[in-house]
Amino acid sequence: MNWSEFFAMGGYGLYVWGSYGCAALVLVGNVLSALHKHKTTLKMLRDYSRLDEAGTK
Amino acid sequence: MAPTLFSTSRSVFLRDLTLAARKPADMITPLVFFSIVISLFPLGVGPEPALLRTLAPGVLWVAALLATMLSLSRLFASDYADGTLEQMLMSPQPLSALVAAKILAHWVTTGLPLVLLSPVLAIQLQLPTAAMPTLLLALLLGTPVLSLLGSVGAALTLGLRGGGVLVSLLVLPLYTPILIFGAGAVAASATGQNPEAYLSLLGAFLIMALGFVPFATAAALRISLD
Amino acid sequence: MNIINYKYAAPRNFYRLAGTLTPWFGLITAVLLGIGLYFGLFVAPADYQQGESYRIMFIHVPAAWMSMFVYMMLAGSGAVGLIWNIKLADMLATVSAPIGASFTFLALVTGSLWGKPMWGTWWEWDARLTSELLLFFLYIGFMALQAAIDDPRRASRAGALLALVGVLNIPVIHFSVQWWNTLHQPASISAINKIGAPAIHPSMLYPLLIMALAFTLFYFTVALMRMRAEILQRERHTAWVGEIAGGKA
Repeated sequence: MNWSEFFAMGGYGLYVWGSYGCAALVLVGNVLSALHKHKTTLKMLRDYSRLDEAGTK
Repeated sequence: MAPTLFSTSRSVFLRDLTLAARKPADMITPLVFFSIVISLFPLGVGPEPALLRTLAPGVLWVAALLATMLSLSRLFASDYADGTLEQMLMSPQPLSALVAAKILAHWVTTGLPLVLLSPVLAIQLQLPTAAMPTLLLALLLGTPVLSLLGSVGAALTLGLRGGGVLVSLLVLPLYTPILIFGAGAVAASATGQNPEAYLSLLGAFLIMALGFVPFATAAALRISLD
Repeated sequence: MNIINYKYAAPRNFYRLAGTLTPWFGLITAVLLGIGLYFGLFVAPADYQQGESYRIMFIHVPAAWMSMFVYMMLAGSGAVGLIWNIKLADMLATVSAPIGASFTFLALVTGSLWGKPMWGTWWEWDARLTSELLLFFLYIGFMALQAAIDDPRRASRAGALLALVGVLNIPVIHFSVQWWNTLHQPASISAINKIGAPAIHPSMLYPLLIMALAFTLFYFTVALMRMRAEILQRERHTAWVGEIAGGKA
């Protein structure tokens, strides 16, 4: 397996790896975004219940 | 005399016409916008006649699209504000018929003037006179579809912040087929070809839109007002 | 069996189900991606005409397929939510939109990156890419509409109606754009169109299908993750959500 040939992709390296890189970004981005949303929702719920308790005191 | 479907629709239609006549500015502003946008193109790309002639069909249609879109908020806004729209929802008459009447009035006061003004502006863009009848017919068939499709966007965005821009975002992708075939018809005519196929398609779009869109807009109004 | 199915239509039960399923879906996705990438990058031979650049196809084509598939899921679940008032269906529509939009964006970028070495320009108004661009605008419109409406019920129903109007328009748009494209360009067969032709070699077809399957499972994995957050958000006034929030403080 000639690695330098593999990375060059017959001269099209920029385009091919640019595409696969973009795909990686999109996939990872989706996952991170979903995790972040879950985290912020939990935080919002905690704040909400904290304020709720404070209000009823 | 009991109100019939026709008499109620006609009342809605005439009411909207009367209200529009009382505020001539609402009718004139889209026309002025139409004219300005068309004048901007020669300023942007240069006055060379051959270039303008090539651009003319597309520019005329894009300007018509944008002018129609700007006027869409007018369709339901005032009736929404004063409660008339809720009355229409509660009326025993089918909402889709009343909506169709409103859209017709909107087109008569917005689209139709655009159609009538277009030849004058087309001359500015060096459109050959042979293409004028096609231009008129294509816009005549296309602008009602623009009003119809636009009404769905206007109904969905009733009372929302972001108003006009949001409607544009929703509605412009839906306008693209009309743009393609409308401009195609005029371009074909300008180069001496037969625009019949394009015009038939525009006619087909119009008939389908007339058949389906009022129901979609009525559903959208119910969603927005419930 | 029926009882088990309907039980999961309740947000609380679906929340737990989604939590259990997500890691497994994620695992299968990762395995499929690995296999697809291995076959696509290492096993599949270079193309006779396009050399190595055709390997972009293994990203571009599945991404484009997904952009359409997710829109169908969005419109379909929106319709189910609109007609039968099922909250989970509404939620699936809402969470699908950003995922579908990102696939559309990926299809556009990879289409452009594939086009540059092939056609010499960064953007080409061919029928597929132009339709893809309009689809991207449809996704953005849907997300913008839902973001502008505060009331969740109105937001879901308005979005569903917009998505249905969009679905009905997609064939019209696609047809119009194809006509427009043949009208304005001479009949030169673009390299991408060639890939659509029937005779695609199995060594290239299999990685393509595996990547498409991987992307599909990826969509479901992320959708499940987002659904959990969406459920917590929408059901925040219920006791069971309160427990989750309180317990994790």
